[in-house]
Amino acid sequence: MPQRRNAGKPKVAVFKFASCDGCQLSLLDAEEELLDVAGAINIAFFPEASRRMLRGPYDIGIVEGSITTPHDVEHIRAIRKSCGALITIGACATAGGIQALRNWKDIRNFVHVVYASPEYISTLDRSLPVGSFVHVDFELRGCPINKFQLLEIINAFLNKRKPNIHTYSVCMECKIKGNNCIMVARGEPCLGPVTQSGCGAICPSFNRGCYGCFGPMESPNAPALSARLHELGQTKHDIKLAFRTFNAYADAFRKESESNEQ
Amino acid sequence: MNNRVIKVDYIARVEGEGALTVKTKDGQVSDVRFRIFEPPRFFEAFLRGRKFSEAPDITARICGICPVAYQMSSVHAMESLFRAKVEGQLRELRRLLYCGEWIESHALHIYMLHAPDFLGYDDAIQLAGDHPDAVQRGLRLKKTGNDLVAVLAGREIHPINVKVGGFYRLPDKSDFDEVLESLKRARDEAYETVLWTSKLNFPDFVSDYEFVSLSHPDEYPFNEGKLVSNKGLNIDVRDYELVFHESHIPYSNALQSTLRNPRSSDQRTPAQHNRGAYLTGPLARLNLNFEKLSPLARKAAEEANMRPPILNPFKSIVVRAIETLYACDEAIRIIKSYKPPLESAVDYQVRPGFGFGCTEAPRGILYHRYLIGEDGLIKDAKIVPPTAQNQRMIESDLRNFVSSNIKMSKQDLTLRCEQVVRNYDPCISCATHFLRLDISEER
Repeated sequence: MPQRRNAGKPKVAVFKFASCDGCQLSLLDAEEELLDVAGAINIAFFPEASRRMLRGPYDIGIVEGSITTPHDVEHIRAIRKSCGALITIGACATAGGIQALRNWKDIRNFVHVVYASPEYISTLDRSLPVGSFVHVDFELRGCPINKFQLLEIINAFLNKRKPNIHTYSVCMECKIKGNNCIMVARGEPCLGPVTQSGCGAICPSFNRGCYGCFGPMESPNAPALSARLHELGQTKHDIKLAFRTFNAYADAFRKESESNEQ
Repeated sequence: MNNRVIKVDYIARVEGEGALTVKTKDGQVSDVRFRIFEPPRFFEAFLRGRKFSEAPDITARICGICPVAYQMSSVHAMESLFRAKVEGQLRELRRLLYCGEWIESHALHIYMLHAPDFLGYDDAIQLAGDHPDAVQRGLRLKKTGNDLVAVLAGREIHPINVKVGGFYRLPDKSDFDEVLESLKRARDEAYETVLWTSKLNFPDFVSDYEFVSLSHPDEYPFNEGKLVSNKGLNIDVRDYELVFHESHIPYSNALQSTLRNPRSSDQRTPAQHNRGAYLTGPLARLNLNFEKLSPLARKAAEEANMRPPILNPFKSIVVRAIETLYACDEAIRIIKSYKPPLESAVDYQVRPGFGFGCTEAPRGILYHRYLIGEDGLIKDAKIVPPTAQNQRMIESDLRNFVSSNIKMSKQDLTLRCEQVVRNYDPCISCATHFLRLDISEER
């Protein structure tokens, strides 16, 4: 068995909770940078990529997924204690994810109705972000995250500097790309004005409205956008659904979907 | 010595959270469990009340590794209900998108998840220390698949360009210039991958599987075809639930599937009625569709001595390489003959009723069924991912492998058992998200 050459380098661990695996996959999707990153750090715990699982403490913990079971709550508290810095990645870890749609339903009742032995299933009433339970040092948005932003975060933490992640809206990215505004020019409903940038405004670039997968920008004016969407012919139900997707439980989107509840 | 427990609490290098336990008593296997403990996310529950048009983007979030598969099965299900025919270049573009996903998913599994087992490493990064050329080749292949998905559909994970009826935006021919060059190189590297994987050391292990896959008269299956098996199954996708049954077992958060003969067929005894476990995925596809591979992929398969029947599941790594080569070849063919159609999507009328879709995800058949109401909202959804279907077969392989290698050291046997699971490239995140919730109060 060959020796590892990165003993003594910062120990990094990747943990998973309820999620699709896409955000941690982003690290493996950084094909051109992966081996350089792996050379700069000691990947101590990353089960999706390695059988080698070293015990903590870790310098940096990267967490994907939302907290959905009583066991998750204990686990994330233990992880927090074992990590110097804790970074959450993706809509599940930062806002509860698509599975937070259950937060408006009585899921426990569903389970009891369906299963002869509901004790097989252990679940919390709500799917919540990691930050609801422990202190988080940085939250990286997106469903999925942008892999270049992930590399930037890792780089920043390794070099003890502030990550350079913009908190302005998708509109800014459309302007930078020189896109015609699809809402102004074509009346296409778009969440771009209230959604944080980071995706590269891909949906408007592909002739469709932004669906908010990076969650609310800093200080969004969601009610103003709802009013405009209404003028464009969207019903309250349409607007409620638009805000209630992958970042449904992020504060600004949650409030806006609830105020459009009939 | 006679009573042993092989136990892995957290199986590495698979997507999601699973564990395995094999117990032996007096030299016989007494218990086998492939346990999925990842918590359920209840997709089928919260799809209710969502618009039919949201299904591709919502269900994509079930899996970050094969989102295209979810998008494809969901749009085909809706289109079957709305009688929308997506043909010609639009249909070709969908195949092209699937090629990209197969390339990235298979390259990930071959080089980063599976190969380290055969060569005795913990992971691909360690492997890269001694075999840098191989790992670099794998990363380049994976990147080519990802680039293809991104060019056509915006980004590699949860792409944004797929909708019921077609696409939001059509690519220009010139959009593919760069990725076409990468694909030509990738095709050569995929060929090398077939030969490289075929020289690995495979344990001597075969099983009499029932293989299930789609089958299409003219092409290697992606989006369309009948559901067939090597043991006589031949049905339309809409009849899926007549023969495939799911059950809930205590130790797994994913429903297990089994295959049954349709009750109406004849007067079989219950034993004949239950056909039990079956295998879906690359091994099944290749065995059932070998003649539909491109000439180049067939040539590579023959050079690697991989003609059907291939009954050793450890050789699935070679099968994935052959399919990667096929996907590169097919992508090049589609791009070269691409002429942008006039419209990016076909028109359709929303109608209430049931829609059925089944497509070939990298890991096997992915079935979606929706009930749509008059208002275009989803009233009910059922989704059966390939890993849920393979669970029984994974357990059967574990049982058979341990039975015939009972004298192997515990350490070696544990590693081999993990490898038996990894042969299936299980996606546990997919499998757990389908705990079925029949909510009686809504009926």
